[in-house]
Parts: sequence; C-alpha cells; structure tokens
Amino acid sequence: MLRIPVLLINVLGLCALFVAQGVLADSAADYAAAIAQLPEASYPEKTEIVHKLSDMQQPGVKTLLGAFLEGNLYSRTSDRKVFIVAEDGDKYKLQDAVTLQDAGSESQDDFEKIIANNQLRKELRIAIAQFDLNDTAASARLHAVKEMLRSLDEDNIALLRKRLDREHDTAVRAAIETGLAMADLDNSDPAKRLAAIHVLRGNMSAEVYNRLNDLIQQNSDGSFAEPNDEVRMAARKAVVGIERWRDAFGAGQTMMFGLSLGAVLVLSAIGLAITFGVMGVINMAHGELMMLGAYTTYVVQLLMPNHIGASIIVAIPAAFLVSGLAGVLIERGLVRFLYGRPLETLLATFGVSLILQQLVRDVFTANNRPVITPSWLAGSWQVNDYFAVTSNRLYIMLFTGLVFVALLMVLKRTTLGLNVRAVAQNRAMARAMGVRTEWVDAMTFGLGAGIAGIAGVALSQLTNVGPNLGQQYIVDSFMVVVFGGVGNLWGTLISGLSLGVINKLLEPYSGAVLAKIFVLIFLILFIQRRPRGLFPQKGRAAEG
Amino acid sequence: MSFNSLVEHRRIIRAIRDDRGGQVLLLILFAIGILVPVLNMAVPQGSALHLSGYTVTLLGKYLCYALLAIAVDLVWGYCGILSLGHAAFFALGGYAMGMYLMRQIGTRGVYGDPVLPDFMVFLNWKQLPWFWHGMNMFWFAMLMMMVVPGLLAWLFGWFAFRSRVTGVYLSIITQALTYALMLAFFRNDMGFGGNNGFTDFKDILGFDLGKGSTRMALFVCTVIMLGIAYVACRYIVSSRAGRVIQAVRDSESRARFIGYKVESYKVWLFTFSAVLAAIAGALYVPQVGIINPSEFSPINSIEVVIWVAVGGRGTLYGAIAGAVLVNYAKTYFTGALPEFWLYALGALFILTTLFLPRGIVGLMLTRKRKEKTA
Repeated sequence: MLRIPVLLINVLGLCALFVAQGVLADSAADYAAAIAQLPEASYPEKTEIVHKLSDMQQPGVKTLLGAFLEGNLYSRTSDRKVFIVAEDGDKYKLQDAVTLQDAGSESQDDFEKIIANNQLRKELRIAIAQFDLNDTAASARLHAVKEMLRSLDEDNIALLRKRLDREHDTAVRAAIETGLAMADLDNSDPAKRLAAIHVLRGNMSAEVYNRLNDLIQQNSDGSFAEPNDEVRMAARKAVVGIERWRDAFGAGQTMMFGLSLGAVLVLSAIGLAITFGVMGVINMAHGELMMLGAYTTYVVQLLMPNHIGASIIVAIPAAFLVSGLAGVLIERGLVRFLYGRPLETLLATFGVSLILQQLVRDVFTANNRPVITPSWLAGSWQVNDYFAVTSNRLYIMLFTGLVFVALLMVLKRTTLGLNVRAVAQNRAMARAMGVRTEWVDAMTFGLGAGIAGIAGVALSQLTNVGPNLGQQYIVDSFMVVVFGGVGNLWGTLISGLSLGVINKLLEPYSGAVLAKIFVLIFLILFIQRRPRGLFPQKGRAAEG
Repeated sequence: MSFNSLVEHRRIIRAIRDDRGGQVLLLILFAIGILVPVLNMAVPQGSALHLSGYTVTLLGKYLCYALLAIAVDLVWGYCGILSLGHAAFFALGGYAMGMYLMRQIGTRGVYGDPVLPDFMVFLNWKQLPWFWHGMNMFWFAMLMMMVVPGLLAWLFGWFAFRSRVTGVYLSIITQALTYALMLAFFRNDMGFGGNNGFTDFKDILGFDLGKGSTRMALFVCTVIMLGIAYVACRYIVSSRAGRVIQAVRDSESRARFIGYKVESYKVWLFTFSAVLAAIAGALYVPQVGIINPSEFSPINSIEVVIWVAVGGRGTLYGAIAGAVLVNYAKTYFTGALPEFWLYALGALFILTTLFLPRGIVGLMLTRKRKEKTA
C-alpha cells in the first residue's frame, strides 16, 4: 500500500529535478554566452554584460567579476575563449572563466587582456559589493557598504534600503543609515533633508562633518548652500554638536598620546628610580642597559623566527636577565668602590656606557637592527575619525602599569624589598641588624638594570634599535626621576605621565622639538623652586 | 699706575711665584708660542723639523680645549660644581664668532647676497633676524661672544645656586640645559643654520683664513689667551675669594654658617668660567673652520670633565695637561684604530675614577712626596 505514494513522490521529485536542471542549464548557457561576448564588446556593451552577469545567480560570477576588476581576465587569440589567468613564470596559468576549472598553462603571447575603463571598474566594484552585501561576515558587509557609498545611484540606494530591513549588525546598519542620509541631503524635498540631518546628528565621521558644514556656508552672492531656513538651522545645530564632541574626542586623543608617551618615560625612568632613587647611584649606563634589552629582543627573534608573536613574551624575561646580569657586573666591578662619591660614579658609569655602545657596534654593526612587530601588537583601536589609538600604545601603557605594580610588590612584599628599603633608609643600622648590605646593593642594582632591560623590549617596538638608542632616553629619564622626587616610585609614575601629557599638549602649538625644549626649561626652573622634586622624601632618609 | 693696581699686580706675581706647576706651564706655553711659529714658517718645508699647517691647527685645537678644560676645572676642582653643560658655553662663544665670520663672507657666498648668509637665502628669508645685526663688527661680536654665555651662566647659576641645587642634581640640569640648546640650535627657524651650522668662512678682520700666517696668528692668540686665563684663574683661586670658594667645595653648609654668601661666590665663579669657555669656543671656530649644533651634545661636556679628571682636578695645569693628552690620544686612535677609541675613552673614565682620583698630576705629586720621605 505504501509503495504507490513513495513511487509518486519519487517521480515528482525526479520531475522537479529535471525542471530545475533544465532552468539551470538554460541560464548556464546564457551565462557562458554572455561571457563569450566580452572580448568583442565595446565599453557600454561590457557594462551591459556585467549587469546581466551579476543578475544571474551563477556560482562563479563573483570570482569572475573580481578577476575582471583586477585585470586578470584574458581572451585566447585563437578561439576568443575567455580565461582567468595568473602569472606562472613566462606562461599563464589558465582557469576557465565559465566553469572555473583549471585549464593548464599556455604561453602569454597567445592571450589578449579584456580591458576595463574607470567607468567599468566602478560598475564592477559596485557589482562585487552587492555580492558582499549578502555575505555572512559582518566585516565583509561593512566593506561592501562603504564601497557602494563611494558612488551612490538609484540602484544602489534601493539595494541598501533593502539590506537595511534585513540587517542585524549595528555597525553595518549605522553605516547604511549614514550613507543613505548623506544621499538624502541632496534630495529636493526639504522634509527628507531635515530627516537626514536628524539621522546624521551626532555622527563622528569627518565626511559627515564636512558635508554638514558645507550646507551652512554662505555662497559669494549671499545665498546659502542650503536654501531652506529650517534645514539650515538644523544643520547648524548638528555641526555645533559635532564640533563639541570632536573637540572632546580630540582632547581625549591628545590625552591618550600624552599618557602613552608618559608611559614610555615612566618605563625608561623606573629602573633609574631604583638605582638613583633608592641607592643614590647615578647610573649613566642606564640607557645602554635599555639598549641591551632591545638587542636581546632582536636576538630572541633571530632564535625563534617562526614564532615572532611569542618572541616578545620570551624576550621580556630574557632582557631582564641580560640587563640585570650586566647591572650586577657593573655594581660588583665598579660602583661598589665608589659609594658616597656620586660624581665619580657618574663618570665611571658613563665610561661603561661608552664601552657598551662600542661593544654593540662591534657585535651587531652600527646599523639599526630590524625588530619585527608581532601581529597582535599591530593594528589600532579606532572609535571614530577623531579618536584612534594604535594598539602598541595601549599595550605599552598596560605593560608599564604591570611593571610598576610588580616592582611595587617586590619592594613592599618580598624580603629583598624589605632589605632594599632598610639599606636605603639607614645603611649602618641595616648592617647592624644583619642585612648583607653588599648583596642587597648588587641585587638592587641588578633589579634596576633588569627593569631597564624590560623597558628596552618595549622600546624595540617603538624606535629604531641601534647603538644610540640609550642616549636618546638618558636625559629624559633623569629628568623624570628628579621631577618626581628621588626615592619615590609613585613620584616617578606621576612625573613621567604628567611630563608626557604636557609634552603632547604643547606639541600642537609649538611643534615637537620646541615642546621638548619647553619641557626641559620648565623642568630646569621647577628644580630651582623645588630641588627635591614633586614628592620629596621626608624624615631621616632625606638627610643623606 | 695707581696704588691699587700696583697691589693687584703684586698679588698676581705672588700667586704665580708659589705655583711651581704654573711656572712650568707658562714656560712651556712661552716656548710653544715662539717655537711653533719658527718651526712652521722659518724652517723650510723639506726639513725634519718643519711643522705642517695641519699640525699647527691641531695644536691650536688642543689649546682651545685646554682653555675649556681649565674653565671646567675652575668650577669643578675648586668649587665642587660638576657642570655637564660647559660645552654649551663653548659652543655659544663659537656661534658668536661664527656669526661674525659669516657676515664677513659678504658677496663671496654661493648666492652672493651682500647681507644675508647663504643658509638664509636658501631658506628664502628676506631680511636679517634682529640678533644678527651688529655682528659684522668684530668688537660687537666679541662683546656678545662673552656677554651672552656669561648672562646665561649668571641667570642659570643665580637660579640654581640660590635654591641650593647642588651635586648630581646640578649636573643633571646642566646636562638638560645643553641638551635643550642642542635641540634648539638644530632647528632651522632659530636662524643659526640648523643642522649644518656655519662653515666656509673666508676671512677674519680682513685676513684670509686660508693663509698660513693668519692661522699662525690665531694660534699665537690662543697660546697668549691660555696663558692669561691660567694666570687669572690662579689669581682667583689663591685670592681670599678663592679660599672661600674652596671652603664651599669642602663644606658648603659650614661656609654658609660662618657667614659667607655662598651663592654669590658660586654664581660669579660659574659666570667667569662660562665666559672662559666661550672665549675658548670663539678661538676654536676660526681655526677648525666649522661650528654646528653637535657641539652642544651632552657627551662633549662629559668628555671635558674626563680631560680634567685625567689631568688631575683642582690644579688648573692638570686640566691643561689632561685636555692635550686625551685629545692627542683621540687623534691618534681615531686615525689608527677608529673602533678602539670608545673602548679607550670608556676605560679611561673607569680607570681614572677608580685608580687615579687625583689624575696624572696627583700621581706625580705623590711619587715626588714618596721620594722625599724615602
């Protein structure tokens, strides 16, 4: 009993299949025919063909149009057959334009490019964007929307409107809405224009701002670009609102730049804050210890060329060890003979810095070494046209915070830290209590040097890694420590950040170099007023 | 001659009479002042005793450095002020001389502008900046050469010493000063030729700078100036004020408690030292024929300190010996083993501070004392 219906369904299904295949075969034939017309067509005809092709729901059409746009669509001179080609030595690797099947390689001489002009390329781009508009990935849709907005016409607007009804992604929706509103600004109906302005109000894109600003401009003959008073008033209001936000974002951006510069300053000064601040030792080789850290990063990358992303993470402890070891050597071999003679220490460590520079020059040559930025550090965080921060800046700030907290923890929570503070406060008493001051000195110096090495890893991502890397930062780092108040890590943090911000606030008015000069002059004057810095040490420790 | 100046005269003589090293130095300077011109100009070129023009220029350069070194020794060795920015005063003096020399070029420049130096024409400037006016007059340029660095040093010292910035703090801000000046002079907008500074000088006071005789005259001027500067410094440090200054070096607060105005002593000594450095710079520029912002670089100032340390600080003649020796070594090494020079200089810094805290002069003095006691 059951057989008949099953058979019936089978038959029906087969019929449906045949019909569908027939239709498919039909349009496939049309498709192939349309493509075959391409080599002989004029530009207007090619445009027609492109439109026709993109209307046919054939699987390979996007690849085909893409190849056409890229200039990879060729026809064989012998039979006018169309291929997508790729360079393959002095031959072309062929791909059948209709079926996208491989068709072997042939000599380049036998092929002729199917040329597109600008108009046609525009059409192609839009056509491809229309395909992307239905892509499942939101980023692809966003890209497609942006592509279509570059050249809006009736068809595109209709397409975008249709997409808007189905679109769920907020970013894509916003992009479409903005684009349509921008198009509506040209609408002859004032109500439409007004509505568009309402949509665009508060939009933080430079394009929108310029467009709205154009509306409220007065022409040379006294008339306004926007004839309708109500619309113009709305536009003016929108412009003022955008300007307010733009200024706020701009200030935030400057602040961000300042803080990130400040973070670099803090990072480079914080090791010095240990050796100079806690031990009272002027280490002029501090910059060169940072340089060692940067070169360590380079060497680590050489050792693990296939794991650049991880190399930075490996480089951090490596640089700490290399620079820290160098620091311990400097302390044991040199600085310990000069305690209580800060000026002599300054000269001797300067000698060390010269030797380290030359050493690096001899080992790695005088040229800058290329340190690769891992992909996870590249890129940026773009909120709108007025506020964008590159991610390496963000990471540096984060990193500085981490290093600072770690250092604070070492000084406050570990036995070493306890000893360091004890020796800094009263060396004789600490020794009387059984603290091995010599060992503590070596460790403190090593700690400061190791942190300089870590700073070097960060700097390798920001500046050129060369023998002069250290010298660029030495004056700055000393100023940060002195400004913050010697022997005070929090002072160093605040002074570094504020100097960074001051520098960036001045920059738009005076240019980078003058800003730096002003900051230096400000610091020189500041030290006259408060020779002990922002946060002077109080009590006994300050006497030394 | 009035009574007062007669007394002064006698004091100077007394200061030198008690100073064996100084007498030797002045004798050597005198000998150099006579011998070098004779060997260069009177002895024929083929002779083994002939001094080439190159050597004379090199010697002149060393002596300018020596002048800078005694300026640093005066403040560091006698007053304990370790200035890491003295090259700034040296360079400022050099720039003042350079401005005069640039104005002397006149129409002989590449662009042939009678007033504007070449770099201004190149930057498309239409008129001379205000601070370039008058620099075509030698006396005015030389006045500015001393006044500007002197004023800067006075202001800087007045601020710094009054608020009792001492020791390494002072060293660090002097370094910041010269660093800031370097950044400023690198700017084209400053009106000092930016990166390239000044060069291609033609003549000084109408004498052709390319001529051997002019160079010889400059060399003799340097010798005389060094002698005068030495005597002046010796006079200062052996005067009453000089003793106060040394008291300040040894214990600043004690000197203050006794009732001396420590700040004014320091400010005036610092200013005088800066002017000496400026004169050294002004003598240096016409001899080497170029001045550019790298003269301001902090490393130059630190190098001066090491000359003084190597020679022996607090002796004045030690500074001169150190400057000449280290610079001779530098010329030798950079010629023979260029990659070795920084190692040598670095080692010099370390070894001097560790083993020769009083420098070569100190070493010689202790040896002599040992011989006496033995």
